[in-house]
Amino acid sequence: MTSFSYDFSGTYTGKTSFKTGVFIGGEFRHGASKSTIDVVNPATGKLVTQISEATAADVDDAVKVAQKAFDETWGLNVGGAQRAALLNRLAILMDEHADELAAIEALDNGKTFGWAKGVDISFSIATIKYFAGWADKIQGQTIETDEKKLIYTRHEPIGVVGQIIPWNFPLLMFAWKIGPALATGNAIVIKPSEFTPMTALRMCELINEAGFPKGVVNVLVGYGHTVGQTISEHMDIQKVAFTGSTLVGRKVMAAAAATNLKNVTLELGGKSPNIIFDDADLEQAVNWAAHGIFWNHGQACCAGSRIFVQAGIYDEFLERFTAKAKSIQVGDPFAPGIDQGPQVSQIQYDRIMSYIDSGKQEGATVHTGGERHGTEGFFIKPTIFTDVTPEMKIVKEEIFGPVGVVIKFTDEADVIRQANDTVYGLAAAVFSQNINRALETAHKLQAGTAWVNCVNQLHANVPFGGYKQSGIGRELGEYALHNYTNVKAVHVNLGHKM
Amino acid sequence: MSHQTTLEFNNAMYKGSISLNTGLFIDGQWVDPVEPDSIYVINPATGKKVASVSLGSSKDVDLAVKAAQKACKTSWGLKCPGTQRGKLLARLADLMERDADQFTALEALDAGMPFQFAKAANVGSSIQTLRYFAGWSDKIQGKSIETNETKLAYTRREPYGVVGGITPWNVPLGMLCWKVAPALATGNCIVLKPSEMTPLSALKFASLVSEAGFPPGVVNVVNGYGTTVGQAISEHMDIAKVSFTGSTLVGRKILEASAKTNLKVVTLELGGKSPTIVFDDCNLEQTVKWAAMAIFVNMGQSCVAGSRIFVQEGIYPQFMEKFTAMANGLGQATGDPFAPTTQHGPQASKAQYDRIMNYIASGKADGATLHAGGERHGTEGYFIQPTIFTDCKAEMKIVKEEIFGPVAAILKFKTEEEVIEAANATTYGLSACIFSENISRALRVAHAIESGSTFVNSAQLIDPAIPFGGYKASGIGREQGEYALETYTQVKAVHVNIGLEI
Repeated sequence: MTSFSYDFSGTYTGKTSFKTGVFIGGEFRHGASKSTIDVVNPATGKLVTQISEATAADVDDAVKVAQKAFDETWGLNVGGAQRAALLNRLAILMDEHADELAAIEALDNGKTFGWAKGVDISFSIATIKYFAGWADKIQGQTIETDEKKLIYTRHEPIGVVGQIIPWNFPLLMFAWKIGPALATGNAIVIKPSEFTPMTALRMCELINEAGFPKGVVNVLVGYGHTVGQTISEHMDIQKVAFTGSTLVGRKVMAAAAATNLKNVTLELGGKSPNIIFDDADLEQAVNWAAHGIFWNHGQACCAGSRIFVQAGIYDEFLERFTAKAKSIQVGDPFAPGIDQGPQVSQIQYDRIMSYIDSGKQEGATVHTGGERHGTEGFFIKPTIFTDVTPEMKIVKEEIFGPVGVVIKFTDEADVIRQANDTVYGLAAAVFSQNINRALETAHKLQAGTAWVNCVNQLHANVPFGGYKQSGIGRELGEYALHNYTNVKAVHVNLGHKM
Repeated sequence: MSHQTTLEFNNAMYKGSISLNTGLFIDGQWVDPVEPDSIYVINPATGKKVASVSLGSSKDVDLAVKAAQKACKTSWGLKCPGTQRGKLLARLADLMERDADQFTALEALDAGMPFQFAKAANVGSSIQTLRYFAGWSDKIQGKSIETNETKLAYTRREPYGVVGGITPWNVPLGMLCWKVAPALATGNCIVLKPSEMTPLSALKFASLVSEAGFPPGVVNVVNGYGTTVGQAISEHMDIAKVSFTGSTLVGRKILEASAKTNLKVVTLELGGKSPTIVFDDCNLEQTVKWAAMAIFVNMGQSCVAGSRIFVQEGIYPQFMEKFTAMANGLGQATGDPFAPTTQHGPQASKAQYDRIMNYIASGKADGATLHAGGERHGTEGYFIQPTIFTDCKAEMKIVKEEIFGPVAAILKFKTEEEVIEAANATTYGLSACIFSENISRALRVAHAIESGSTFVNSAQLIDPAIPFGGYKASGIGREQGEYALETYTQVKAVHVNIGLEI
C-alpha cells in the first residue's frame, strides 16, 4: 500500500510516516480506477506526494461496508457510553499526535504550524471531546396526550451518512462532521478535499487505534464531480452534509432532489459584514477586524470581509487597520515569526488575484497590498480596498482571500440595510460599547452568528450555520445532533378500542 | 498532620495493601479535627475493629465551608470553564478505574458488600456516573426566550456555590459519586459527610481528588456523626443547598434544619417500601430472578428494595416455589464478602442487624407465616438469612415499615385495580417493579403506581442517564440524568432592556 513520509524542519522538526489510500472497512486500498491525485505544497508549488484517487465505484463499496457496520457492529448495537468511550479515546490519540497533525496540516494547507497547532488541531480535539459527551445523552421526549396512550419520540441514528468537507480547515471540518455523526451512532462515508487530504488520511489509523469497528468511518479522497457527486446521488445514503462553496452546495442539493431526497445540510459561503460604530473601543475593533478578514489567509467562510466603519472614526480606524495589515508577516508556514502562509492552491491564488484586478478595474483604491508576495508559492499580501461601491464584485462576491473592503457609513439604519443587502447570511459582527446599539444591531443582522465586540469566535458547544444562501442547518452545539438523527414517534395504545 | 492507616488484604478476591489518610480532607489538605474525636471502623463480617478514623464537628464544617467559598470565588465555579471541570471529572473517573479493586476491597470490608457485586454495581457504576457528568460539564444551557424586540431575555443556570452532601452507608462510594459528579459538573464546591459507619471509600476518594488536580476546597470530606457534622451542614448559613440520601426520619430533620436557618434548597433521597407486582401473565422464570434481586441484593439494604411482593392468585404457588428456592440458594451462598462464591454478605452493622431481627420478631408476633429464613446465619458477624413472610396483611409492621434487610413480605392479590390500590397504600413512593408480558397491562400499571422509578419486567437497573428520586415521603428532587443538572443549579433570568423608555 502507499504511504507518506516526511521530515519536517523549522518550527516543527519531527517526522511523520503513515499509510495512505482509499480507506474502506478499516483498511487502505488502491482506488478502483488505480489513478492518483497530486498533493502540492502551496508554499513552494511543488509536488509533495501522490495519493490514491477514489471514484464512484469506491463510494458504492464504502456505502455497502458502512451499512453492514451500521447494521451489525455499530448503530444502536453499541450503547452511547461505549460510543463516548471510543470518541474520547480518539481525542486522546489526536492529542498525543497533535504536533504531528499540525505539521501535516501546515504542509498540506499552507497555514502556519503555529496556527494549525494553536487553533485547528486544538479545536478539532475539543470538538471530538464535546460530542463524546453527548453520545450517552441522546434524548427524545414523552408527550402527554391521554392515559390510554404512551407516546414517546426516539432520536435514532440515520444510518450511513455522507460528508463532504473543504480545504480551508481540513482537520477541523473533519472533526465537526465525524463528531456528532459518530456520537449519535451513524456510519460515515467522508470525502476530504482533494486539495488537502493529508490530515484526514492520518486520522484513519487513529480511528482504527481508538477501536471503532471497521467500516464505521470510511475516508475517500476524490474529486467533487466524481466522489462528491456519487455521494450526493447515492440511493443508500440517507443524509449528506456538505461544507464548501455555495456553487457546489447547490449541486449537492440538486442531486439529492433528483435522487432519493436525502436530508441535506449545507455550510456555504459568506460575505460577512463587520460594523464598527463611532463608540467602539477603537483599538480592539482594529485588532478584531484584522482577525476577522486575515485569519487563515482570508480562507474562512465567516470572514468579516465587508468592514463598515462609521464616519467619526473612519480615518483613525483606517490608519491603524492598515498598519495592522502591513505588520502581518507573510512567509513559510514553518518559519518562526510568520503569521500568514500561502493560499491553498494555484486555482485559489488565481481567483483571488483576479478579484483584486477586478477591484482595480472597477475603480476601487488599493489601500495596501493587492499583489503577490515573493516569487514562489501562492502567497498574497494582506490587501485592503477603499472607495468601493455596493455594485463592485469585490463587495458582492466571496473572494476567500486576504482581501478586505472598508466602507464608510454615517447612518445606523442604513448600514444595517447595507449589511443585510447580500444573498449570504453566515455571520456578522458589530462593535459598539453601547448596550442598546450593540444588541439591537446584533438582533437585526440576518446572520446565523452575530458577534458583538469580537469576530470569528467559535466554540464546540455553540451552534454555527447560515441564513439565506449561506446554508441550511446548524453544526456544533446540541443543535448538531439534530442533523444526524431521525425522529420516530412511537404511539403505544394502552386501551383505546376501535 | 493527621494519621495514616494501612489495611492489608490477602484473600481470593484481592491481595494488596491500601494506605489511607484517616483525617479530615479540607481545602486540599489532610487535617486533624479541631476537637479530637474518632470512631472505630468495624468489619461487619466479623464484628471486629479494622481501623480508626477521625470525626469532625461543626467547627470543621465551618473551615470546610470557608475553603469551599474561597474556591468558588477564585479557582472553581464559573471561574473554571465547563470543559476544564469535565476534564477533571474524567480524570477522576480514570483514577478510580485504575484503583477499582482497591475501592471494591474497601467497600467489601467496610460495608460487607460481596466483592463481585461491589465491583460492578458500586465501583463500576460510580465510574460511569463520573464519566456521564463529566460530559455534561460543558453543556450547561439556559434558554433565550422571545418576548418582544425591546427585550433580550435569557436564563443562566448558575451553581449554588457551596453545597452539602450527606451520604449513607448502604452503597457508600456510589451515593457519594451521585452527589459529587453533578455538583462539580455544574460548578459547585462540596462539603461531604459520608456515613460514620462506612467512611473508608470516601477517604480514598479524597486522595484521588487531589491526584486528579481539583483545586483545593472544591471537594471537602468531613467524617462525623449526623447529630454533629450532619446537623452543622443542614443548619449552615453559608451552605446554599444540601443533598441527603438516607432514612426518611433523618431527612425530616434536615428539612426542618433548613426551614429554621437559611431556607437552603434541600434534595432528599429517602426510604421506600417498594412494591413488586407479579401478574399471572408474567414470564415466571425471569420474574422470580428479578424479584429475588429486588429484595435480596445488597442484603436488602437498598432504598429501592422490592420489599412488598404482590403475587396474583393464579401464579402464586409456582412463584412461591421458585422464589423460595432462590432465597434458600442465597442462604447457601452466604458468607465472607471476599469469598468468590459469596452472594449474600452481612448486614452493615450491629445496629442494623438488631433492627432487622426486631422486625422479623414483629412479623411472627403479628401472625405472618415465616416461610423461609428468619434467623441469624453463623455465629460471627451480622449475617441474616434471606427471609420470606407469607400470609401478610397490610396493617403489619413488616408490610408498612421499611426494614432495610433481606426480608420479603408476600401478599396475594386478585385484580389489577386491587393491587394498584394496595401498592399505592404507603407513605413511600420510591420505586416499583411490574411483571407482565401483556404490553397494555404492564404499561398501564406502571403509569398508575405512585413512584419515582417504575421498572417493567426488571428491577434495580439504575443508569446514570436516567433520573432517580421519590414520590411522597421517599424524597424531594431527582439525581442522575440531565435532571440532576437542575438539582445543582439555580436559574437566573436576565432581562436586558434594549431601548424601551419610560
